[in-house]
Amino acid sequence: MTQTTTLPSTTEQRRHEFIGGAKATFPLIVGAIPFGIIFGTLAEPSGLSVMGALAMSIIVFAGASQFIVLGLLAAGAAIPIIIATTFVVNLRHILYAANLVPKVRHLPQRWRLLMAFGLTDETFAAVSSRYLQQEDIRTAHWFYLGSFCAMYGNWILCTAIGVALGELFPDMTQWGLDFAMSVTFIGMVVPYLTSKPMWACVIVAAAMAIATAAMPHKLGLLLAAISGISVGLSCHLILAQQKIQHCKSNKEPT
Amino acid sequence: MNEALLILGMFIVTFSVRYVLFAVAGRVHFPAWLSTGLGFVPPAVLTAIIVPAVLIPQGQLWVSPSNPWLLASLVAIITAFIRKDLLTTIVIGMLAFSFFRFGLGF
Repeated sequence: MTQTTTLPSTTEQRRHEFIGGAKATFPLIVGAIPFGIIFGTLAEPSGLSVMGALAMSIIVFAGASQFIVLGLLAAGAAIPIIIATTFVVNLRHILYAANLVPKVRHLPQRWRLLMAFGLTDETFAAVSSRYLQQEDIRTAHWFYLGSFCAMYGNWILCTAIGVALGELFPDMTQWGLDFAMSVTFIGMVVPYLTSKPMWACVIVAAAMAIATAAMPHKLGLLLAAISGISVGLSCHLILAQQKIQHCKSNKEPT
Repeated sequence: MNEALLILGMFIVTFSVRYVLFAVAGRVHFPAWLSTGLGFVPPAVLTAIIVPAVLIPQGQLWVSPSNPWLLASLVAIITAFIRKDLLTTIVIGMLAFSFFRFGLGF
Protein backbone atom coordinates (compact mmCIF):
# COMPACT_ATOMS: atom_id res chain seq x y z
CA MET A 1 0.00 0.00 0.00
CA THR A 2 2.77 2.43 0.86
CA GLN A 3 4.35 1.80 -2.54
CA THR A 4 1.25 2.78 -4.46
CA THR A 5 1.14 6.21 -2.83
CA THR A 6 4.24 7.25 -4.76
CA LEU A 7 2.69 6.42 -8.13
CA PRO A 8 0.80 9.10 -10.03
CA SER A 9 -2.97 8.75 -9.95
CA THR A 10 -4.62 6.83 -12.75
CA THR A 11 -7.68 7.80 -14.76
CA GLU A 12 -9.48 4.95 -13.04
CA GLN A 13 -8.74 6.39 -9.58
CA ARG A 14 -9.83 9.85 -10.67
CA ARG A 15 -13.10 8.54 -12.04
CA HIS A 16 -13.67 6.58 -8.88
CA GLU A 17 -13.11 9.71 -6.76
CA PHE A 18 -15.28 11.88 -9.02
CA ILE A 19 -18.21 9.47 -8.83
CA GLY A 20 -17.65 9.03 -5.09
CA GLY A 21 -17.87 12.79 -4.62
CA ALA A 22 -21.09 13.04 -6.58
CA LYS A 23 -22.58 10.11 -4.65
CA ALA A 24 -21.61 11.50 -1.26
CA THR A 25 -23.29 14.79 -2.15
CA PHE A 26 -26.51 13.16 -3.35
CA PRO A 27 -28.44 13.25 -0.04
CA LEU A 28 -27.53 16.93 0.35
CA ILE A 29 -28.66 17.64 -3.22
CA VAL A 30 -32.11 16.22 -2.47
CA GLY A 31 -32.39 18.87 0.25
CA ALA A 32 -31.33 21.62 -2.17
CA ILE A 33 -33.86 20.72 -4.91
CA PRO A 34 -36.92 22.52 -3.45
CA PHE A 35 -34.84 25.66 -2.84
CA GLY A 36 -33.56 25.77 -6.39
CA ILE A 37 -37.11 25.41 -7.67
CA ILE A 38 -38.59 27.94 -5.25
CA PHE A 39 -35.77 30.38 -6.10
CA GLY A 40 -36.56 30.08 -9.81
CA THR A 41 -40.29 30.43 -9.21
CA LEU A 42 -39.99 33.49 -6.96
CA ALA A 43 -37.42 35.27 -9.13
CA GLU A 44 -39.78 37.08 -11.50
CA PRO A 45 -42.38 38.09 -8.89
CA SER A 46 -39.48 39.50 -6.83
CA GLY A 47 -38.30 41.63 -9.72
CA LEU A 48 -35.48 39.53 -11.16
CA SER A 49 -35.72 38.61 -14.84
CA VAL A 50 -35.63 35.02 -16.09
CA MET A 51 -32.14 35.57 -17.50
CA GLY A 52 -31.10 37.26 -14.27
CA ALA A 53 -32.25 34.31 -12.18
CA LEU A 54 -30.39 31.80 -14.36
CA ALA A 55 -27.29 34.00 -14.55
CA MET A 56 -27.28 34.37 -10.77
CA SER A 57 -27.38 30.60 -10.27
CA ILE A 58 -24.65 30.08 -12.89
CA ILE A 59 -22.34 32.94 -11.88
CA VAL A 60 -22.87 33.51 -8.15
CA PHE A 61 -23.85 29.95 -7.10
CA ALA A 62 -24.71 30.65 -3.47
CA GLY A 63 -28.10 29.28 -2.44
CA ALA A 64 -28.90 31.04 0.82
CA SER A 65 -27.74 34.47 -0.34
CA GLN A 66 -29.61 34.18 -3.65
CA PHE A 67 -32.77 33.61 -1.64
CA ILE A 68 -32.03 36.58 0.57
CA VAL A 69 -31.42 38.75 -2.49
CA LEU A 70 -34.91 37.94 -3.77
CA GLY A 71 -36.35 39.09 -0.46
CA LEU A 72 -34.35 42.31 -0.65
CA LEU A 73 -35.25 42.95 -4.30
CA ALA A 74 -38.93 42.44 -3.55
CA ALA A 75 -38.63 44.95 -0.72
CA GLY A 76 -36.93 47.44 -3.04
CA ALA A 77 -33.46 47.47 -1.50
CA ALA A 78 -30.61 49.36 -3.17
CA ILE A 79 -27.94 47.36 -5.04
CA PRO A 80 -25.01 48.31 -2.72
CA ILE A 81 -27.06 47.12 0.27
CA ILE A 82 -27.85 43.84 -1.48
CA ILE A 83 -24.18 43.26 -2.32
CA ALA A 84 -23.07 44.14 1.23
CA THR A 85 -25.65 41.71 2.62
CA THR A 86 -24.44 38.98 0.25
CA PHE A 87 -20.92 39.57 1.53
CA VAL A 88 -21.97 39.26 5.18
CA VAL A 89 -24.09 36.17 4.53
CA ASN A 90 -21.29 34.41 2.66
CA LEU A 91 -18.55 35.29 5.13
CA ARG A 92 -19.01 31.86 6.71
CA HIS A 93 -17.32 30.35 3.65
CA ILE A 94 -14.02 31.79 4.81
CA LEU A 95 -14.12 29.37 7.75
CA TYR A 96 -14.63 26.47 5.36
CA ALA A 97 -11.75 27.70 3.21
CA ALA A 98 -9.45 28.02 6.24
CA ASN A 99 -10.32 24.45 7.09
CA LEU A 100 -9.51 23.20 3.58
CA VAL A 101 -6.25 25.11 3.00
CA PRO A 102 -4.01 22.16 4.05
CA LYS A 103 -5.85 19.99 1.51
CA VAL A 104 -5.44 22.35 -1.46
CA ARG A 105 -2.03 23.92 -1.06
CA HIS A 106 -0.29 21.22 -3.16
CA LEU A 107 -2.66 21.92 -6.07
CA PRO A 108 -2.03 24.33 -8.96
CA GLN A 109 -3.80 27.70 -8.86
CA ARG A 110 -6.33 26.74 -11.60
CA TRP A 111 -7.61 23.91 -9.43
CA ARG A 112 -7.88 26.20 -6.44
CA LEU A 113 -9.87 28.74 -8.48
CA LEU A 114 -12.31 26.05 -9.52
CA MET A 115 -12.59 24.59 -6.02
CA ALA A 116 -13.12 28.03 -4.48
CA PHE A 117 -15.95 28.73 -6.92
CA GLY A 118 -17.61 25.46 -5.90
CA LEU A 119 -17.22 25.93 -2.16
CA THR A 120 -20.74 25.53 -0.78
CA ASP A 121 -22.10 24.27 2.54
CA GLU A 122 -23.00 20.96 0.91
CA THR A 123 -19.68 20.31 -0.83
CA PHE A 124 -17.80 21.32 2.31
CA ALA A 125 -19.81 18.78 4.31
CA ALA A 126 -19.24 16.03 1.73
CA VAL A 127 -15.49 16.55 1.28
CA SER A 128 -14.90 16.99 5.03
CA SER A 129 -16.12 13.47 5.69
CA ARG A 130 -14.00 12.21 2.76
CA TYR A 131 -10.89 13.82 4.32
CA LEU A 132 -11.77 12.31 7.70
CA GLN A 133 -12.19 8.81 6.30
CA GLN A 134 -9.16 8.72 4.03
CA GLU A 135 -5.85 10.36 4.72
CA ASP A 136 -4.50 9.98 1.19
CA ILE A 137 -5.45 13.27 -0.49
CA ARG A 138 -3.60 12.85 -3.80
CA THR A 139 -6.81 12.32 -5.75
CA ALA A 140 -9.20 13.98 -3.29
CA HIS A 141 -9.59 17.04 -5.53
CA TRP A 142 -11.40 14.80 -8.02
CA PHE A 143 -13.81 13.85 -5.25
CA TYR A 144 -14.29 17.57 -4.60
CA LEU A 145 -14.87 18.15 -8.31
CA GLY A 146 -17.48 15.38 -8.39
CA SER A 147 -19.32 16.91 -5.46
CA PHE A 148 -19.13 20.39 -7.00
CA CYS A 149 -20.37 19.28 -10.42
CA ALA A 150 -23.32 17.43 -8.88
CA MET A 151 -24.30 20.46 -6.78
CA TYR A 152 -23.76 22.95 -9.58
CA GLY A 153 -25.64 20.96 -12.22
CA ASN A 154 -28.53 20.38 -9.85
CA TRP A 155 -28.71 24.03 -8.78
CA ILE A 156 -28.86 25.31 -12.36
CA LEU A 157 -31.37 22.64 -13.40
CA CYS A 158 -33.65 23.36 -10.44
CA THR A 159 -33.48 27.10 -11.07
CA ALA A 160 -34.51 26.48 -14.69
CA ILE A 161 -37.40 24.24 -13.59
CA GLY A 162 -38.54 26.90 -11.12
CA VAL A 163 -38.35 29.64 -13.74
CA ALA A 164 -40.38 27.49 -16.15
CA LEU A 165 -43.01 26.81 -13.47
CA GLY A 166 -43.21 30.53 -12.75
CA GLU A 167 -43.80 31.20 -16.47
CA LEU A 168 -46.45 28.47 -16.72
CA PHE A 169 -48.35 29.67 -13.66
CA PRO A 170 -47.87 33.43 -13.50
CA ASP A 171 -50.43 33.79 -10.70
CA MET A 172 -48.38 31.55 -8.41
CA THR A 173 -47.46 34.55 -6.26
CA GLN A 174 -51.11 34.80 -5.30
CA TRP A 175 -50.77 31.36 -3.71
CA GLY A 176 -48.73 32.80 -0.89
CA LEU A 177 -45.32 31.82 -2.25
CA ASP A 178 -43.81 34.91 -0.65
CA PHE A 179 -44.45 33.11 2.60
CA ALA A 180 -42.45 30.11 1.33
CA MET A 181 -39.30 32.16 1.82
CA SER A 182 -40.18 33.18 5.37
CA VAL A 183 -41.08 29.65 6.34
CA THR A 184 -37.86 28.31 4.82
CA PHE A 185 -35.83 30.78 6.83
CA ILE A 186 -37.74 29.89 10.01
CA GLY A 187 -36.82 26.26 9.44
CA MET A 188 -33.18 27.29 9.04
CA VAL A 189 -33.03 29.56 12.12
CA VAL A 190 -34.74 27.35 14.72
CA PRO A 191 -32.01 24.65 14.84
CA TYR A 192 -29.53 27.40 15.83
CA LEU A 193 -31.52 28.21 19.00
CA THR A 194 -29.62 25.97 21.38
CA SER A 195 -27.84 28.51 23.61
CA LYS A 196 -28.56 31.73 25.49
CA PRO A 197 -26.26 33.87 23.30
CA MET A 198 -28.03 32.56 20.19
CA TRP A 199 -31.43 33.46 21.65
CA ALA A 200 -30.13 36.93 22.54
CA CYS A 201 -28.80 37.34 19.00
CA VAL A 202 -32.08 36.38 17.37
CA ILE A 203 -34.28 38.42 19.73
CA VAL A 204 -32.17 41.56 19.26
CA ALA A 205 -32.06 41.08 15.48
CA ALA A 206 -35.86 40.68 15.45
CA ALA A 207 -36.53 43.76 17.57
CA MET A 208 -34.05 45.89 15.62
CA ALA A 209 -35.51 44.72 12.30
CA ILE A 210 -38.90 46.11 13.33
CA ALA A 211 -37.41 49.27 14.84
CA THR A 212 -35.43 50.04 11.65
CA ALA A 213 -38.01 48.79 9.13
CA ALA A 214 -38.79 52.30 7.90
CA MET A 215 -35.16 53.09 7.02
CA PRO A 216 -34.45 53.75 3.33
CA HIS A 217 -32.95 51.13 0.99
CA LYS A 218 -33.59 48.35 3.52
CA LEU A 219 -30.54 49.53 5.42
CA GLY A 220 -32.33 48.33 8.56
CA LEU A 221 -31.66 44.71 7.62
CA LEU A 222 -27.90 45.13 7.89
CA LEU A 223 -28.19 47.18 11.09
CA ALA A 224 -30.49 44.60 12.67
CA ALA A 225 -28.20 41.73 11.68
CA ILE A 226 -25.09 43.50 12.98
CA SER A 227 -26.85 44.34 16.29
CA GLY A 228 -27.89 40.70 16.69
CA ILE A 229 -24.40 39.41 15.93
CA SER A 230 -22.77 41.90 18.35
CA VAL A 231 -25.14 41.11 21.19
CA GLY A 232 -24.88 37.36 20.62
CA LEU A 233 -21.10 37.47 20.53
CA SER A 234 -20.92 39.72 23.62
CA CYS A 235 -23.18 37.32 25.54
CA HIS A 236 -21.03 34.43 24.46
CA LEU A 237 -17.82 36.15 25.57
CA ILE A 238 -19.32 37.24 28.93
CA LEU A 239 -20.59 33.73 29.63
CA ALA A 240 -17.21 32.23 28.67
CA GLN A 241 -15.49 34.71 30.99
CA GLN A 242 -17.81 33.81 33.87
CA LYS A 243 -17.14 30.12 33.28
CA ILE A 244 -13.39 30.66 33.53
CA GLN A 245 -13.76 32.66 36.73
CA HIS A 246 -16.14 30.06 38.13
CA CYS A 247 -13.63 27.27 37.42
CA LYS A 248 -10.84 29.30 39.00
CA SER A 249 -12.80 30.01 42.18
CA ASN A 250 -13.73 26.35 42.40
CA LYS A 251 -10.15 25.27 42.11
CA GLU A 252 -8.66 27.73 44.61
CA PRO A 253 -9.69 25.93 47.83
CA THR A 254 -7.97 22.72 46.65
CA MET B 1 -27.82 47.42 -16.62
CA ASN B 2 -28.74 47.12 -12.97
CA GLU B 3 -29.25 43.38 -12.93
CA ALA B 4 -25.86 42.69 -14.51
CA LEU B 5 -24.27 45.02 -11.98
CA LEU B 6 -26.02 43.23 -9.14
CA ILE B 7 -24.90 39.79 -10.30
CA LEU B 8 -21.36 40.97 -10.94
CA GLY B 9 -21.15 42.53 -7.48
CA MET B 10 -22.53 39.41 -5.83
CA PHE B 11 -20.07 37.26 -7.76
CA ILE B 12 -17.11 39.42 -6.73
CA VAL B 13 -17.89 39.41 -3.00
CA THR B 14 -18.89 35.73 -2.89
CA PHE B 15 -15.95 34.46 -4.92
CA SER B 16 -13.43 36.65 -3.04
CA VAL B 17 -14.54 35.22 0.29
CA ARG B 18 -14.23 31.68 -1.05
CA TYR B 19 -10.94 32.15 -2.88
CA VAL B 20 -8.75 34.48 -0.80
CA LEU B 21 -7.38 31.80 1.55
CA PHE B 22 -6.96 29.23 -1.23
CA ALA B 23 -4.95 31.78 -3.21
CA VAL B 24 -2.38 32.41 -0.50
CA ALA B 25 -2.69 28.89 0.95
CA GLY B 26 -0.94 29.92 4.14
CA ARG B 27 -1.98 28.39 7.40
CA VAL B 28 -4.54 30.74 8.92
CA HIS B 29 -5.76 30.73 12.45
CA PHE B 30 -8.77 32.85 13.14
CA PRO B 31 -9.09 34.27 16.62
CA ALA B 32 -11.75 32.32 18.52
CA TRP B 33 -14.06 35.35 18.83
CA LEU B 34 -14.15 35.78 15.05
CA SER B 35 -15.11 32.17 14.38
CA THR B 36 -17.78 32.40 17.08
CA GLY B 37 -19.01 35.73 15.70
CA LEU B 38 -19.38 34.30 12.19
CA GLY B 39 -21.55 31.55 13.67
CA PHE B 40 -24.09 34.22 14.64
CA VAL B 41 -24.31 35.64 11.11
CA PRO B 42 -26.83 33.27 9.46
CA PRO B 43 -29.47 33.31 12.22
CA ALA B 44 -29.12 37.11 12.66
CA VAL B 45 -29.51 37.87 8.93
CA LEU B 46 -32.34 35.40 8.43
CA THR B 47 -34.23 36.71 11.48
CA ALA B 48 -33.80 40.30 10.27
CA ILE B 49 -35.50 39.25 7.01
CA ILE B 50 -38.26 37.04 8.45
CA VAL B 51 -39.58 39.34 11.17
CA PRO B 52 -40.52 42.36 8.99
CA ALA B 53 -41.91 40.02 6.29
CA VAL B 54 -44.21 38.44 8.85
CA LEU B 55 -45.12 41.40 11.06
CA ILE B 56 -45.24 44.04 8.29
CA PRO B 57 -46.64 41.94 5.41
CA GLN B 58 -48.63 44.76 3.84
CA GLY B 59 -46.77 47.91 4.71
CA GLN B 60 -47.93 48.39 8.29
CA LEU B 61 -47.09 46.71 11.58
CA TRP B 62 -49.75 44.06 12.04
CA VAL B 63 -49.51 42.28 15.39
CA SER B 64 -52.88 40.61 15.68
CA PRO B 65 -54.35 37.10 15.80
CA SER B 66 -55.92 37.82 12.43
CA ASN B 67 -52.53 38.22 10.69
CA PRO B 68 -52.16 34.94 8.71
CA TRP B 69 -48.41 35.51 8.18
CA LEU B 70 -47.91 35.73 11.94
CA LEU B 71 -50.13 32.75 12.77
CA ALA B 72 -48.53 30.50 10.13
CA SER B 73 -45.05 31.55 11.33
CA LEU B 74 -45.92 30.50 14.88
CA VAL B 75 -47.08 27.13 13.54
CA ALA B 76 -43.82 26.82 11.56
CA ILE B 77 -41.69 27.74 14.60
CA ILE B 78 -43.42 25.13 16.76
CA THR B 79 -43.05 22.55 13.98
CA ALA B 80 -39.36 23.35 13.63
CA PHE B 81 -38.80 22.89 17.36
CA ILE B 82 -40.56 19.51 17.36
CA ARG B 83 -39.16 18.15 14.08
CA LYS B 84 -35.77 19.60 13.16
CA ASP B 85 -36.47 18.73 9.54
CA LEU B 86 -36.55 21.65 7.13
CA LEU B 87 -38.95 20.16 4.60
CA THR B 88 -41.52 19.22 7.25
CA THR B 89 -41.40 22.79 8.56
CA ILE B 90 -41.90 24.23 5.07
CA VAL B 91 -44.81 21.93 4.20
CA ILE B 92 -46.64 22.42 7.53
CA GLY B 93 -45.95 26.17 7.50
CA MET B 94 -47.29 26.55 3.95
CA LEU B 95 -50.39 24.47 4.76
CA ALA B 96 -51.01 26.61 7.83
CA PHE B 97 -50.61 29.77 5.76
CA SER B 98 -53.04 28.55 3.08
CA PHE B 99 -55.51 27.64 5.81
CA PHE B 100 -55.33 30.98 7.65
CA ARG B 101 -55.13 33.13 4.52
CA PHE B 102 -57.44 31.42 2.08
CA GLY B 103 -59.35 28.86 4.16
CA LEU B 104 -60.44 31.28 6.84
CA GLY B 105 -60.18 34.25 4.52
CA PHE B 106 -58.33 36.48 6.96
